[in-house]
Amino acid sequence: MEAPAPAIPAPARGLFTLSPLNRRRVRNFRANRRALWSLRLFGVLFLLSLCAELIANDRPILIRFQGALLSPLMTDYPETFFGGDFETAAVYSDPVVQCLIRTGGNIEGCLDQADGLGPAPVAEGQAKGWILWPLIPFSYSTVDYEVATAPSSPDARHWLGTDDQARDVLARVIYGFRLSVLFGFGVTALSAMIGVLAGAAQGFFGGWVDLTFQRVEEVWSSMNTLYVILIISSVLAPNLWVMFFIFVAFGWTAIIGVVRAEFLRARNFEYVQAARALGVGDWRIMVRHLLPNAMVATLTLLPFMLTASIGLLAGLDFLGFGLGQGYPSLGELALQGKKYLQDPHLAITAFLTFAIMLSLMVFVFEGVRDAFDPRKTFR
Amino acid sequence: MIETLLEVRDLSITFRAEGRETRAVDGVSLTIARGETLALVGESGSGKSLTALATVKLLPDTAEVAGSVTWRGREMIGADARTLRDIRGNDISFVFQEPMTSLNPLHTIEKQIGESLALHQGLTGMAARERIVELLTKVGIRDPETRLGAWPHQLSGGQRQRVMIAMALANKPELLIADEPTTALDVTIQAQILALLAELRRAEGLSMLFITHDLGIVRRVADRVAVMQAGRIVETGPVAQVFDRPEHPYTRKLLAAEPKGRATPPDDGAEPLLTGERVRVWFPIKRGFFKRTVGHIKAVTDIDLTLNRGETLGVVGESGSGKTTLALGLMRLIPAGGRISFLGREIHDLRGRGLRALRRDMQIVFQDPYGSLSPRMSVAEIIAEGLGVHGLREPGLTAREAVARQMQEVGLDPAMMDRYPHEFSGGQRQRIAIARAMILKPEFVVLDEPTSALDMTVQTQIVDLLRDLQRRYRLGYLFISHDLRVVRAMAHRMIVMRAGEVVESGTADEVFERPRTEYARALMAAAFNLEAVEGAVAD
Repeated sequence: MEAPAPAIPAPARGLFTLSPLNRRRVRNFRANRRALWSLRLFGVLFLLSLCAELIANDRPILIRFQGALLSPLMTDYPETFFGGDFETAAVYSDPVVQCLIRTGGNIEGCLDQADGLGPAPVAEGQAKGWILWPLIPFSYSTVDYEVATAPSSPDARHWLGTDDQARDVLARVIYGFRLSVLFGFGVTALSAMIGVLAGAAQGFFGGWVDLTFQRVEEVWSSMNTLYVILIISSVLAPNLWVMFFIFVAFGWTAIIGVVRAEFLRARNFEYVQAARALGVGDWRIMVRHLLPNAMVATLTLLPFMLTASIGLLAGLDFLGFGLGQGYPSLGELALQGKKYLQDPHLAITAFLTFAIMLSLMVFVFEGVRDAFDPRKTFR
Repeated sequence: MIETLLEVRDLSITFRAEGRETRAVDGVSLTIARGETLALVGESGSGKSLTALATVKLLPDTAEVAGSVTWRGREMIGADARTLRDIRGNDISFVFQEPMTSLNPLHTIEKQIGESLALHQGLTGMAARERIVELLTKVGIRDPETRLGAWPHQLSGGQRQRVMIAMALANKPELLIADEPTTALDVTIQAQILALLAELRRAEGLSMLFITHDLGIVRRVADRVAVMQAGRIVETGPVAQVFDRPEHPYTRKLLAAEPKGRATPPDDGAEPLLTGERVRVWFPIKRGFFKRTVGHIKAVTDIDLTLNRGETLGVVGESGSGKTTLALGLMRLIPAGGRISFLGREIHDLRGRGLRALRRDMQIVFQDPYGSLSPRMSVAEIIAEGLGVHGLREPGLTAREAVARQMQEVGLDPAMMDRYPHEFSGGQRQRIAIARAMILKPEFVVLDEPTSALDMTVQTQIVDLLRDLQRRYRLGYLFISHDLRVVRAMAHRMIVMRAGEVVESGTADEVFERPRTEYARALMAAAFNLEAVEGAVAD
C-alpha cells in the first residue's frame, strides 16, 4: 500500500532567519538594558576608532590644488609637486606647504609670507585651492613643534594635551583604543579556536590522547609568559606580530579545560550515541552534536581572555617590554602618567580610557553569557 | 465520624513566564482522613506532584497559589515559615521518587536520619541512636547497628528507599506523602517497598497520599483514588468503584491503556538474522603504575542468542543485569568478545569502514526521548542525519520528502519538521527517535526500554506502532525492558538476565506461563501481582 504523498512544508530557513533558540537569545540580550547600551556605545566608539585615519591625522583628507582634487591620505606627494623646494614628502602642517596649496604653487609669495611680508596672492592662471583637515590634525606619531614645553596641558589646539614628546594625547588614545581592541579580539579569537580544537580532541577521544595532551599543556602553561617575552624581545625586535603570536601561544591553554569537560560529559549523551549508531563519523559528531554544547562554556570564558590580553599588553607597554616605539600604546600613556604627576591629564586620560573600554566589554559579554544561559529567565 | 486530616479546597497553581500564563493545577479539591490512603493518579504533567507540594508550601517561588489547604483545621496557605517548618517533616513527611539523589552523598545514614530527630524532637547522642536503630529495623534494614555508619553509595536502590522511608517516619508523622516512591526501582524491589508501606500503615495508623502513574499499584495500596488530568480532578471515589465502574472517559482510557495483545508470529519460517555465540563484555579493572589488569567487571558473560527476521527477542532483567551492555556489544558500539554474525556475515572483527557500513542495517532507539534528540537540531535535521551519512537517497526524492514520508509513517505531521525537539511531547519525541532509526530501512533494531519513560496511554500507542512497523518490514527487534507487561505484548522469544548471565530463555509463552527458575518466578510475581517473594531476590 502506497501512502498518499505527504504535504511538505517549504524549508523555512533562509540565510538570515534565526532558529528559535537564537531568537530567544537575541531577545534575552536585548532585555538586558545595560548590556544593550554598552554594546551600542562600544560599537560607536569602535566604529569611530576604525576610521581613526579620517579623524586624527597629520595629512589632510582632501585638497584642491590647481583645480584638481587630491587625497594626500591615499597618495604621497613630494613637496616639489606643489611647487616647493624639497623632494621629500610634503609636510602639510608646514605653513609654506599650506600656502602653496592655497595659492596654487606661488612659491615666492609663500616664502615672503613666511617671512612676514603679507599674504601671498594666488598664482597667475590658477584657481584658489583649499585644504580639508580631519577633526584632529595630528596623527598618533605627529610631533607638534609649536608646543613650547612637553607634556603640555589640554588647550584648544590639543584637547587632551600632549605627552612628553609633544604628541597629541587624543590622537594617541583613538589609535591606541583601536590597536588594543583589535589586538585583544584577534588574540582571543585565535587562541579560542586553537583551544577549542585541542579541548575537543582531548575530551572526545579521551584515553592516552587526553593524558598526553594534558601533561604537555601543564608544562606549557606553567612557563612564565613574562620571562618568555623578555627573552624573545632580547632576540627579536618586539613588533605587533611577534607579540600577537606570543600571546596566542600562551593564551590557548586557558580554554581547554572547559571545552574538554563539556566534550567528556556530552560524548556519552544518548543523542551522541544515537548518532554513532547511525554511523555518523567522529568529525561530524564533534561539529554537529558536541560543539554547540561546548560553545556556551567557551563564551563564558572569552571575556576574561579578552580583557586579560588587553590588560597584559598594556602592562607590558607600561614596563617597557611591549610593542615599543612607533605604536600608539595606551600602556605607554599610563607610564607617562606615572612619570609626570604634575601633568595629571596624562594619568586621568589613561585611567578613563582603560576603565571605559574594559567595563563596556565586560558588560557586553556579561549580557551575551546570560543570554546563552538556558536557566536564566528574563522579565 | 473519622477525623479529616488534610483538606484541599479549590487549589489552583499558576505559573507566569514570558507573558504567558500556565495553570498547572486548576480547582483541585480533596480530603484525606486519618488512616486512609488516597492515590493521586494521572499522567506526567497532570499536576499531581504540584498538588502534593502545595500542601506544605514547597512550591517554587514563581508559582501563584490560590485556594485553601487546611491541616487539621489550620490554614496552610499564607501560614508563616515557623508553622510550616513545624508541620513539614513532623506531621507531614515526604518520600520522593529518586532514591539516588534524595540522600546527601556526603553524610552517613545515621547523620541524615538523626538530623530531623534533633530538629523536631531535640534527640541527640545515644537516645537518637536508639531511635535510629529502631527505625531502620522497622523499615527492614538487616543488622541496623552495623549500617549506621554506611554512606548512601554503599546501599542499593531499594535500601536507600528504605532509608528515605525511615527518615520520613522519624518523627511519627500522621500523613506520609509518597511521590512515585517505587518508579525508579526494579519490579522485585518495588514489590518489597509496597509491602513495607502497607505493613507500616497497618502498624502505625498512617495516612498516605500516594502519587503514581501505575494503576496496578493503586489497586494494591489505596483506599480511595483521585484521577487527575491536565490540572483537574476528573474522577474520585473508592478504588473498587472507580476501577470497576469508571465514569469519566479519561479514567476509562487510562484503565484500557495497558499494553494488550500478543506478538503475532511471522508468517514464513524462521530465518536467522543475528546470532551471537558466547558474547562477552568484560571491562578490565586496571591498577598500579603499569595499569596491570587485575580483574574484570563482568557485565555480560558468554551469552548465546539467535534472533530471526520479523521476530522480537525480549531481554528482561533488573537494572544492572547487563541488558543494555549486551545490546551495545551486539551492535559493536562497545568492544565485545565472542562470535557475532549478522545477515550471514561475521561482524565481530569488523572495524572502521566495514563497521560504518553495517550501521545502516542495525539501529537503536533509546529509553529517554528527552536525552536522545539533540536539542539544537530541528526534527528534519535529526531524522535526515543518517541519510546524509550513508548517501541513501532514492532517486527523485529530496531529503525533505524522505523525512516527510518517514514522519507520516510513524504518525507525525510532516508540517512540524522544522520545529525543535523541545516543542514535542514525550511520545512524539519517541516517534521522532523511531523515525530516525527507521529511515535507514534497517533489518535489526535494538529497542532499549523505548516505552519506560512514557505515560501508559502513550506506551500502548508506541507498542502498536512498533508492532506495525515490524510486520510491514519484517524487522528483527531486540527489545529490552524491565516492564514485563510490555515485553509480554511485544516478544516472541525472550531471555531473562541476571548479573550478566542468562538464567532462563525460551519462547515468550513458555517463560511467562511456566517459568522454570525460581528467579524468573519471583520476577513474574513481582511484575504481575506486585508480590514480594521472600528469599528469591536480595534487595
